[in-house]
Amino acid sequence: MDSDLAVFIQQTVNAISLGGTYALLALGLAIIFSIMGMINFAHGELMTITGYTLMYCGLAGLPFYISAPLAMMVAVVSAVLMERIAFRPVRGGSPASMLVTSFAVAIILQTLFQNLISPRSKAVPLPDVFAHSIHFGELSIGINQILSISLTVVILVTLNWFLRKTILGMAMRAAAEDFSVARLMGVKANAVISGAFAISGALAGAAGVLWVAQRASVDPHMGFVPVLKAFIAAILGGLGSLTGAVAGGFALGFIEIYLAAYLPDHIQPFKEALALGLVILVLLFRPNGLIPAATVGREKV
Amino acid sequence: MTTLLEVKGLYVHYGAVEAVRGIDLTINAGEIVAILGANGAGKSSTLNSIVGLVPPHKGEISFSGGNLFGLPTEIIVRHGITLTPEGRRVFGSLTTEENLLLGSFPLVDPGTYRDQNLQNMYDLFPILAERREQIAGTLSGGQQQMLAIARSLMSSPKLLLLDEPSLGLAPQIVDTIFEQIVDLRNSGITILLVEQNVAMSLQVADRGYIMASGTIVTEGSSDELSSSNIVEQAYLGHE
Repeated sequence: MDSDLAVFIQQTVNAISLGGTYALLALGLAIIFSIMGMINFAHGELMTITGYTLMYCGLAGLPFYISAPLAMMVAVVSAVLMERIAFRPVRGGSPASMLVTSFAVAIILQTLFQNLISPRSKAVPLPDVFAHSIHFGELSIGINQILSISLTVVILVTLNWFLRKTILGMAMRAAAEDFSVARLMGVKANAVISGAFAISGALAGAAGVLWVAQRASVDPHMGFVPVLKAFIAAILGGLGSLTGAVAGGFALGFIEIYLAAYLPDHIQPFKEALALGLVILVLLFRPNGLIPAATVGREKV
Repeated sequence: MTTLLEVKGLYVHYGAVEAVRGIDLTINAGEIVAILGANGAGKSSTLNSIVGLVPPHKGEISFSGGNLFGLPTEIIVRHGITLTPEGRRVFGSLTTEENLLLGSFPLVDPGTYRDQNLQNMYDLFPILAERREQIAGTLSGGQQQMLAIARSLMSSPKLLLLDEPSLGLAPQIVDTIFEQIVDLRNSGITILLVEQNVAMSLQVADRGYIMASGTIVTEGSSDELSSSNIVEQAYLGHE
């Protein structure tokens, strides 16, 4: 195989893998935003909680195939508790108070991680197989990338099925579009919001597992950067639009990886700025994002 | 005649603004009752507070003898009362059929009745059967109004509150909608109708209440209201 082509394929696999992780995170943000009109900046801390659960499970000697689903479960439970304890009391408040509440939750959790676990990065034991690659001629694809892409696909397909084919999924889409009328249909506000947080927790948990599987470490601020990226991805895709969040996540993944792979060395330090510049360029032409939500600005809870 | 819905001394506030100021309503089983009045008279606020979308400030709301006052909307609709809101408000990104299926959400045992109700709605509104896979946001205004009413009926309500069903529709479509309202009553559903279209409403309704500035200025049978000039007075704001 031509080595340029091999590099291109390799980078494309990287881009799908990173973009998939952004997509999962952006989707988690978008589900909450579409139903409550709130950006949950504590979403990243759900990833971090997942990372620490993986670390403790690894230290306890649990195999990865048990610790990974367990860590996702912990993220789901944490997300539901987060809503119950912190967000429910400010529900119906102004978007600004919900936003500040989510920042507060993020910072409280980061402080707890720093003081109760460690301010420094901790190693997460991973199975050896994650370091292996599969070789096709000059092409080598990491096992963790294959895992990452497969898990992303499985989750996106499952979520799509849930939202389209089950009555609860329909209720969630309805609530995202018009919460008052969804309640007229008998959809319970608390149940649908708890459900949305459970799903967003599962998505953050999956993203957390994938993030840690690439880095084999976890620190108190681990969730911050990826969730910031996911927020950008969600806006790029169209805030509140679920399809948009996935498209935005993949678009951002592709932009970042290709810039990193193909920019000349002396421009490399500017790649983040260039990536965000490209995002702004897209938004100049499509201010509501790539695939805007059907109901921008509709009344939320 | 059995009383289905009884409202006593109902007040609804939006901040400092009193939208509804101490009204009494009685709806008997099997009736079509109209609430008429100008824009801002408090008609929609009354309906919205009955189903809990707008919290009522004080008063009593009882339905089949049970209290509804202060309950959340999702619980109220489980008592067999539902609202087709003003402006239709179908779920525009969902299909016709998904909209209808959601309407059956409040049923205690939806599985048993959902398919039957869905079939009934398709018989009642054949156009919806043709459009079942269509995204509801792309239906015409009249079709969306039929969908909104059908979606409400999917919960097998005893009492249907209809808020401005004729709003923004072409005259022929308005005729069809009003014919369907009469058909619904004949099939045993009690209807409380809020309308600006006075003439049409009094043709189909048994009784009416006239609202102005948040109070009921008069009430009577449709014939009484049609023959007096009190309706025009209410619209012109002379109480």
